[in-house]
Amino acid sequence: MNSHLAFALRGVSTAVGNKFALHDVSFELPTGYVMGLMGANGAGKTTIIRCLLGMRQVDSGEIELLGHRVPGPVALRQDIGVVLDHAFLVGDWRLTEVERTLRPFYDRWDGACYRELLDEFGLDLRAKVKDLSRGMSMKLMIAAALSHRARLLVFDEPTSGLDPVTRDELVGIVGDFLIDEGHSVLFSTHIASDLDRIGDYLTLIHDGRIVRTGTKDEVLEAYRVVRGGPDDLNEFVGVQLIGVRRTSAGAQALVRTEEAGLLGGDVVVEAPTLEEIAIHIGARVPRREPDSFMSTGRIA
Amino acid sequence: MRVVLSNSAGMPLYQQVKEQVGTAILSGELAEGTVLPSVRALARDLRISVITTTRAYAELAAEGFIATVPGKGAYVLPLDSALVREQLLREVEAGLQSALDAARRAGLRRDDLIQILDGLIQADQQERTYQ
Repeated sequence: MNSHLAFALRGVSTAVGNKFALHDVSFELPTGYVMGLMGANGAGKTTIIRCLLGMRQVDSGEIELLGHRVPGPVALRQDIGVVLDHAFLVGDWRLTEVERTLRPFYDRWDGACYRELLDEFGLDLRAKVKDLSRGMSMKLMIAAALSHRARLLVFDEPTSGLDPVTRDELVGIVGDFLIDEGHSVLFSTHIASDLDRIGDYLTLIHDGRIVRTGTKDEVLEAYRVVRGGPDDLNEFVGVQLIGVRRTSAGAQALVRTEEAGLLGGDVVVEAPTLEEIAIHIGARVPRREPDSFMSTGRIA
Repeated sequence: MRVVLSNSAGMPLYQQVKEQVGTAILSGELAEGTVLPSVRALARDLRISVITTTRAYAELAAEGFIATVPGKGAYVLPLDSALVREQLLREVEAGLQSALDAARRAGLRRDDLIQILDGLIQADQQERTYQ
């Protein structure tokens, strides 16, 4: 086991029903950094998180989490704070009862820290879980995670449904958490969001497979977005057009950086944004139906 | 320490951090021995990734501007006079180059340019003696 890794998945495969599976998923995060797990809806982000947390068994492969092999000892949960996209707390509980319920599960629970964080996040101890907005219930789960001194925070789709102000607060909270170099963060997202700026590492996933993993700069550097006229972008030997989008006015696709030079001179080659990478990788399977973009953007 | 990042500068974030801190050190704004925020505190305050600030500090350290202490932070090193001189020479060259570009557009000859420069030097010296 490698102590400088927050976690590692090595060759993980698992079938979810008979329609979807993770195939040979491998990636890792060094301790002290933030990783974004990026993919379209249904790409397998939540399944990966569930495997990592030992919430579902894998068919093959190995998972390492904070120096333990998953499923690890029960005590491992003390070190992990999980913020899922839905609150797992009972709606009728008041925030004081949330503490009473959680406290017995955690050796290092710090009640003073919990109350301080709720105060800082603007949450009322007497409020009921069911009356919290989405942003507030996420802050509640973060407060709980920080109060039991978690070393790894795992967020599933933290920014979806949050307003810009709350997203910005989340960036600040994550930044504070990372002041301790023993702390790490994994978050999944289907959109290029505000969190990307503080992301150190990025893993792209599509259809249950890892498409690319590395530092954010490495991933950005690995692709180019190419645009050309309707007939300029054609798949030929040595060049794979990823998520190509054709309209009557032109075509756009993502290519690997080393392949971009093989395209003709009439093609515009640019460094992509994370959003462009996400869109093209998410649209890898050629669609039979014309894009909605085409019907609205057609030039007569 | 003052660092202002631009999203549209066309320059990577780590380079913006590096250049602004480097400029502040060269100008004396950040004096020798000044303790800089840790890479993690700076990443939090600027809302950028730890890798970005780590790279900026690593390059500043490699160029002799700062020293980093693992687990502690970083502080400003005494300015290497050769480094400062080189930086100033570069500024002089850049200034003269832009003067040259303007002179070409105005159709000035070498003698005109030298005359202007002499005039400026004289005015500068006079100003200094009066002070």
